[in-house]
Formats: sequence, structure tokens, C-alpha cells
Amino acid sequence: MKRVLRAAGRLWAVPVVLVVWELVTRAAENLSFPPPTTIAASMYEMWLTGPPERLWLTDAALENIPASVGRLLAGWVLAGVIGTAVGLVLGRRPLYFRFVDPLVQFARAIPPPMLLPFFMALFAIGPQMQINVIVFGIIWPVLINAAEGARHIDRQYVDTARVFGLSLKQRLFLLVLPAAMPKIFAGLRVSLSLALILMVISELVGSTDGIGFQLLDAQRSYDLPGVWGTIVVLGVLGYVLNSAFLAAERRVLSWHRTAKQTT
Amino acid sequence: MLEISNLTHTYGSGPSAHNALDGIDLTVAEGELVCIVGPSGCGKSTLLRSIAGLLRPTGGQVVLNGSPVEQTPDNLAVVFQDYSRSLFPWMSVADNVSLPLRRKAMDKKQRKDAALEALEQVGLESAGAKYPWQLSGGMQQRVSIARALAYRPALLLMDEPFGSVDAQTREELEDLTLRVRGHHNMTIVLITHDIDESVYVGDRVVVLSKAPAGIVGDLRVDLPGPRDQITTREHPDFVHLRAEVGRLVRGMRSQPASASQ
Repeated sequence: MKRVLRAAGRLWAVPVVLVVWELVTRAAENLSFPPPTTIAASMYEMWLTGPPERLWLTDAALENIPASVGRLLAGWVLAGVIGTAVGLVLGRRPLYFRFVDPLVQFARAIPPPMLLPFFMALFAIGPQMQINVIVFGIIWPVLINAAEGARHIDRQYVDTARVFGLSLKQRLFLLVLPAAMPKIFAGLRVSLSLALILMVISELVGSTDGIGFQLLDAQRSYDLPGVWGTIVVLGVLGYVLNSAFLAAERRVLSWHRTAKQTT
Repeated sequence: MLEISNLTHTYGSGPSAHNALDGIDLTVAEGELVCIVGPSGCGKSTLLRSIAGLLRPTGGQVVLNGSPVEQTPDNLAVVFQDYSRSLFPWMSVADNVSLPLRRKAMDKKQRKDAALEALEQVGLESAGAKYPWQLSGGMQQRVSIARALAYRPALLLMDEPFGSVDAQTREELEDLTLRVRGHHNMTIVLITHDIDESVYVGDRVVVLSKAPAGIVGDLRVDLPGPRDQITTREHPDFVHLRAEVGRLVRGMRSQPASASQ
């Protein structure tokens, strides 16, 4: 109950903003700024007027949203796994790190949207190209954070593992990975928001489905409530993904949070 | 069981080289509890790290049970001073204790039982499911001791094991060490800067000089009966030995009528 009240207390600004926005846009009557009620109606029209046996979801909803989310998550998971694996190795092997670091710094300095022409030439337009763009664009925060986390493991943890003769595999999974986990999660969180951006951008230029494609489609047909509607969906999607991520982080890193508080 | 001969170690080279150990010769017999005491910064930890195989000394050698120590030997456990950085905070207490058993031929059940038994010996049988950071400092150090006990090492090294706990917990842990040692008949090398502690816990006290560390005294502790925090510490022999060790640590000449051999 208390939590519900607290959440309500935090969210009171949302209806206030919506009401003010509604009043201002109705008064202004500018076609580029439709009132929220019009946007909501258009969203309903776009996604929720399907047959009841499909939970009223339209073809557009069933095609575009899962396609986008699927590519986003596929790219994010791939980048997370590869970035963590490579980062941990680089973190524990300072010699490799010194050779690879300049390359990493160069690669991550490239604005990922600039890679689109290259990846479009390399792969045909489609999910493969989009996932590649996402992976290449978001892998760096994970990789660099994992390397950082693995490099700064307390010497006494390492000594303990050596004294008790842990094998290489055991050291990796029981020591290096958990010790670097807080850093890895910080990287994954940055990557998640980047993945959303790259998902939309890649769909704007090279796609035949997805939320970004629908946005472009609405814009081309001068359907401004539709444009606003897709933007709202993207915002909600980002918010939901971030909240889910934070919940997962709280579970996985509970030891870290509490250990830091008590010692 | 442990023979250290002419052990030297120098950090760095050239004019900035720091000579930490200067020809240490020491033999520890099976079942002995030897305390190594010396002023802070004298190279005690370097000595311990060389014995544990965590550091390759620049000269001399360490032989454990007949084989020279080159990498970390598989029959040796260490209790570090800083328990909070030695227990893994992402594992439960029971998992921490059974961690080193993974290298032994034991299945999961056996490892769990061994961990529980070790926790029982240090009086923490109900803490297995907790995390280290949920325990007090003294309890965390007990977990470290339990981890070492579960491992059943031939040699247990303790590096200022009670240096980070309060005085009362310290006494409890000293008695705990004496008790489990009697139970397992382990060989223990305990490093400390606390003179009282070295005499109270040890069968033998080895005194190191300031850096570069060399052995300046090797005294046998012959105190009557089981050790007791009150009566042992007021025993004339204890008082005498403590003074003797204190003089050696401060670099004064030992008096001829002492208990040293």
C-alpha cells in the first residue's frame, strides 16, 4: 500500500502535464502538434483495432512491435555476451589490452549511425544488417566496462583463488565474472538505451517493418498523430526496458548493493 | 615438514631496490604452531607470500613436505588478515567455505557436508546460508578459518589473522585457533606484530628484525597446562617471555638468563 502511494506521489506530474498539453494544443490548433487525445486515438487506431481473438492487436502491431523488440534484444544480448567475454579476457591480460586498446578507442569513437551505409552495402537490407549495426554500435560500453571490472579485481581475491588452487575456468566463473558484474551491468545499461536508438535509426533507413519503419510511413503520409503515436510507443518501450533491466540488476547484484552499505 | 633455507627477497633492482628478506633459515616440525613476530613493515608478509608460493623469492628456497614450493602448493591454506577481501561477497558463507574443496575429488554433497562440519567447529553452524557481509568482522574471520579447516591442509598460514578485530573477539579467535589446532593436529605458522599474542598462541616464537628481515630470536614457549586468557597471561613465565620477545623486537640484546634455546 505504502509503495503504491509512493509511486502515485512520484507520478502525479504525468496527468498534470497531459492536461496542460491537451489544453495548450487545443488552443493553438497547430497541425504539427496534435492534442494527446488525438494521438491516443491514432495509436488505438494503429494498433488496437484488430479482431478480438488476437486481443484486438492489428497486423501493424503484431508485425512491427515484435520485429523491433526482437532485433533490439537480439543485438543487445549478442553485444552483451561478446562484449563481456572479450572484455574479461582483455581485463585479465594487460598485454593484450595495451595492443587492443587503441583499436577499441577508435572503433567506439565512430558514431554508430555512420556505419549504416557500410553495413547496408555489406548485408542486404533486413534484420541481419540491423542486428549487426546494433551490435557494433553498443558493444563498446560493455566491453570497456567488463575489461575495467576484470582489471581492478582486488589482489587478495586473486591470491585467495591461487592459494586454494582454483582452475582457470573456476577463476573465471567464480571470481572474475562476479567481481566484474557491477561494472558489466553499468555497461549493459548504457548499451540498452543505445540499442533502442540504433534500432529506430536502422529501421528508418533500411527496413520494411518495425516501429521505425512505421514512423517513417506515418511521416510520409502526413499522418502527424501517427508520428507522435510511434514516438510515444518508443518512449514507453525505453521506459519499460530500463525498468525491467533495473529490476534484474537489483536481483543479480543484491550482494553488491548490500555489501557496499554494510562494510 | 617446512624447511626454509637462506631465503632472500629483493623488490626491484638498482638503487631503488628494497631488500625485504635477508637469508631466513627456519624449520617447522610437524604439528608445531610457530608464531613469527616482528616490527611492522619488516617483511613478514613477504615471508608468508613466499611460503604460500604467491611470490617467487629472489634467493633461497622453501621446501614443504620434501618438495620445493614453486607454485601455490596444494596442501596449504592461508587465513588472510583482511577477511572482507578474502571471502567472496557474491557467495554464501557455505559456498565460500566449500570453495577450495572443488579441487578435491569430492561431489557436491560431500563438499556441503565438509563445509557444514567446518562451520560447526568455529561455532557458525547456522550461518551457512548467509552472506559474509551479513556477519560481524569476528564471525567473518571465523568463516575464513572454517574455510581453511575444511580444506584440511598440511600447513596453515595465518597472516595477522586477528589484526582487524576488536580485543575481545581477538581473544576468542586466539582460543578458537588453539582449540581447532588441538583437534586437527595441524601445523600452523602464524604471523603477527602482537608480542603478547605470539607468546600466548605459539609453541615457538620466531622474532624477525627490521627490514631486511633476518631471524634475531627463536624461543620455545613452555607454558603449563592449556592456555587460558587470564591465568596464562599472568603466569611469570609468560610475563618473562613477553619481555624477552619485546626486547628482541625492539632490537635490544637478549638477556642471557632467558628461556631461549
